[in-house]
Amino acid sequence: MSGSVLFDAPGPNAIRRSRILSIVFAVAAVAALGLGIYQLWLGGAFYQDRWDIFLTPELWFGARGLMVGLRTTLTIAAIGAVGALILGVIFSILRSAPSKWVRVPVTIVLEFFRGMPVLLMMLFILIVFSTGAYWAVVWALIVYNGAIIGEALRAGMKSLPKGQRESGLAIGLTPLRTTLLIELPQAFRIMLPIILAQLIVLLKDTSLGYIVGSPEIIRIGRQLVDFYDRQGGPYALSMFFVMLAIFLAINITLSWLVRVLARRMAQPRRGGPNLDGTKTEAIPVSTQAMREVKDPQAEITRLPGAGMGGQG
Amino acid sequence: MQALLENWPLWLQGMWMTLLLTGATTLFGLPIGILLAGMRVSPVAALRVVATVWTEVARNTPLTLVFFFTAFVLPKLGLILDFQIGAIIALTYYTSAFFAEAVRSGINSVPIGQAEASRSIGLTFGQTMSLVVLPQAFRSVLPPLINVVIALIKNSSVAMGFFVFVLVSVAHRLSNTYGDQALQIFVGIAFSYLILTVPLGQLVDHLERKWSVQR
Repeated sequence: MSGSVLFDAPGPNAIRRSRILSIVFAVAAVAALGLGIYQLWLGGAFYQDRWDIFLTPELWFGARGLMVGLRTTLTIAAIGAVGALILGVIFSILRSAPSKWVRVPVTIVLEFFRGMPVLLMMLFILIVFSTGAYWAVVWALIVYNGAIIGEALRAGMKSLPKGQRESGLAIGLTPLRTTLLIELPQAFRIMLPIILAQLIVLLKDTSLGYIVGSPEIIRIGRQLVDFYDRQGGPYALSMFFVMLAIFLAINITLSWLVRVLARRMAQPRRGGPNLDGTKTEAIPVSTQAMREVKDPQAEITRLPGAGMGGQG
Repeated sequence: MQALLENWPLWLQGMWMTLLLTGATTLFGLPIGILLAGMRVSPVAALRVVATVWTEVARNTPLTLVFFFTAFVLPKLGLILDFQIGAIIALTYYTSAFFAEAVRSGINSVPIGQAEASRSIGLTFGQTMSLVVLPQAFRSVLPPLINVVIALIKNSSVAMGFFVFVLVSVAHRLSNTYGDQALQIFVGIAFSYLILTVPLGQLVDHLERKWSVQR
């Protein structure tokens, strides 16, 4: 339902009222923002000596600079994403295995992985397997997000019409090949927006490395603040704004890409031609399903236990 | 497991703090989330913009960075808070956006004909929302809201990195003292989280089955 149905196409009076309300509210919002900024200015947040450190290349590109932290964050996210996708496919196959002896234990293990905080898993891997902070973060992200992606893929496979699997078996494919060739590709397409949204969550979760001790960007930022604070003014606020800007730039770009991709994939994609050469009107099942996903990041809350942002 | 049983007051302390953070955040975050969702579908453009910016920024900021703000930046600005209060503020800000999205997706799940029908019999925006759309949205909104609370329980663990003693902190501290029992301690704490999250998840499944509106 689009918002516009909720109220009339406004007439002259309503337009005036809404405009007045808009202006009043905008003025109030701007005033509140202005007051906040004024307070910050009184506190000296905009003095040059709070920002001068960002002109030193050392802060960005030094051995323990922000860019190094950003690279760690992105590398962890990339390894984690690939690993989680692979593990997710494996989990989803095991989870819908025909044998009860495989299906039930895998279901329990997946429920276990999804029910605990990623941070707990990171600490567990760090302390029990002594992998070092970096790999503890990577492995925990792979296992946790693999469980979520596996569950998403399974939900996608379950939403397919029964005929998909039956016809696969009927043309003589083995059950495993039916899953791999018929069900998984369609499930993947249906769940693509949700899976991609989860990968953005994974990127945000890399910042938990701050707590575990892996040298990602927020940890580096904190160390830089501590370092430069000893040479002058408090830099915590300006560092916060810089890191916020970096994360917002990356995440909003990625969210936007996901949304564009989801919309494009929901375009009617016709199947091949009919036997007599005419164009078929059939729309693939997965395309129909994709149309129902409007906002992938909101949709993720509907996935049982997947949670909205897992962590961080 | 021995270590965990011997240190049950510590466990209780962590459990209490986890529940406190979750409860307080839901108490403050849910009304803010509902308000934000209402603002996002309202006729007043300025309200829509503010709500959209709020949710987009909150959703795309790592929770760790929000905690960084309340724990390290606010004190520098002269606002010295208890770490627990800071944690509640950080979690409330972050979670309110997800509450808002859950409510909004619930509002969007009400078929357009319902709103059209109530508009056509002359109800205003406020009446349409309060009498027709929201009562129906409530059913479809409750399961995703509980999912947000489940995620919130897990998210509260981030407070550990910012000087609040939650359940994960119990695992961390005990495994340092009783290195040989680390595995049991972590499994025990994982189950402590599961006894909170799994029943809520079951509730979601139950509600979804019971309340799904046949249209």
